[in-house]
Amino acid sequence: MWQIIQSSLPEILWAGIKYTIPIAVISFAIGLVIAAITALVRISIPRGNAVGKALWQVARGFFSFYVWLFRSTPLLVQLFIVFFGLPNVGIQFDAWTAGIVTFSLNTGAYASETIRGAISSLPNSQWEAAYSLGMTYRQVLFLVIFPQALRVALPPLSNSFIGLVKDTSLASSITILEMFMVSQQIASHNYQPLLMYSLVAVVYALFCTVLSILQHYLEKRMSRYVVAQGE
Amino acid sequence: MIKLTNVDKQYTDHHALNQVSVTFPEHQTTVILGPSGAGKSTLLRAINLLERPQAGQLTIGEQTVDFSQPIANKEVLALRRKTAMVFQSWNLFPHLTILQNITAGPIHVLKQDKAAAEAVALKLLKQVGLEETAHRYPGQLSGGQQQRISICRALAMNPEYILFDEPTSALDPEIEAQVLRILQDLAKDQHSMIVVTHNMEFARRVADQIIFVEDGQVAFAGSSTAFFNRPTQRIADFLDAMKF
Ligand SMILES: Nc1ncnc2c1ncn2[C@@H]1O[C@H](COP(=O)(O)OP(=O)(O)O)[C@@H](O)[C@H]1O
Ligand SMILES: [Mg+2]
Repeated sequence: MWQIIQSSLPEILWAGIKYTIPIAVISFAIGLVIAAITALVRISIPRGNAVGKALWQVARGFFSFYVWLFRSTPLLVQLFIVFFGLPNVGIQFDAWTAGIVTFSLNTGAYASETIRGAISSLPNSQWEAAYSLGMTYRQVLFLVIFPQALRVALPPLSNSFIGLVKDTSLASSITILEMFMVSQQIASHNYQPLLMYSLVAVVYALFCTVLSILQHYLEKRMSRYVVAQGE
Repeated sequence: MIKLTNVDKQYTDHHALNQVSVTFPEHQTTVILGPSGAGKSTLLRAINLLERPQAGQLTIGEQTVDFSQPIANKEVLALRRKTAMVFQSWNLFPHLTILQNITAGPIHVLKQDKAAAEAVALKLLKQVGLEETAHRYPGQLSGGQQQRISICRALAMNPEYILFDEPTSALDPEIEAQVLRILQDLAKDQHSMIVVTHNMEFARRVADQIIFVEDGQVAFAGSSTAFFNRPTQRIADFLDAMKF
């Protein structure tokens, strides 16, 4: 048994380093940007002239539709549509790109709700204090709102990221050679499915445990000023 | 000079400012008095465009905007740079240290050099007796300390005018006196200030001009002496109601 583990573990880990982790990290990063934009469009109040307001309403409708769509359909179905379906209308991605696109959009939809909630939880007076100093919208966001919202959103976002790491196993269904796909292939050769799938489960658990530890560390760090409040 | 001309602000169910015209001279302290809900905050917040009235003009120095027209973002930012505001509940940024709270505006809005901004911040903190708090967070400080720091935050912007919206209403009386003394010193130093307050003693002693607001209208504008001489029955009633 040790023999089998010793020979297959490096292969599984390598697949993790080459596919699972990059897909999760890149998709999460892109997803967060999509989420932040989506959240901001959905919470902001339209200003300006009639045309501007109308365009804004259209944008809001679009983002609401996007969030609804990705939250109410299975991730596996989304992967199939993007990778196997879209080529029918001339949109062709390689498996890697299709995976990143789908995971990013999926993460973006969920995380946008998290970020929206976190931003809305901050008192309006924080915006006002920042604006009264003459800050631009962007400065208010990056200097005042996002740092505080991130602290609120960190636990749910960490959950999303851990969820995403596990969900990358679905990428095997669109031919990506990530960890689960590799263990599947090894199992089909050595006829040790229990051992192989347990082994890959342990590797997933290991990754996720490291992330949990990281999450606790970050939460502590970001809450310095709140902990201080209790003094 | 700050000048509001025929400013009108209508909320869905309330006429908060009704054709308000008022002037705030430079290097003077104008105290805004009036009952709760009169429109004092709305008036103050129209000046730094935290509220957008539907009609009227605002002039600060050389710059005039018409509220009935869309105002370009650039103009809004330029106007806001001329004033700084001290809020009733101070509204410091809880995730930043005291020093970062005071230097955020100077560094990011005024594009000051970080070291220079910090030097100014430390000097201001020293003036209000709080230099030892520089590296702490707002949540670690008392309300009175936070309010003094928010005054430093406003001063660090070197504004043409400082706007105070009931700066001591959330403070205990002995702490209130501490904060009002700082305001008094600023007034002596010829800062241009607009102060909404319920403290009659402060109004009497510090105000160069008093504006009495009621039901969204300016019911009196004049010297503090004239105001405390009870020029109208309504003002006499108001002053009596403020006693106990
Ligand atoms: N955002 C708002 N929506 C609706 N009504 C408001 C809003 N803000 C203030 N008001 C109303 O406008 C009036 C004036 O408010 P405000 O300027 O805060 O009064 P003051 O500061 O003199 O107590 C009040 O009656 C208040 O209820
Ligand atoms: Mg008020």
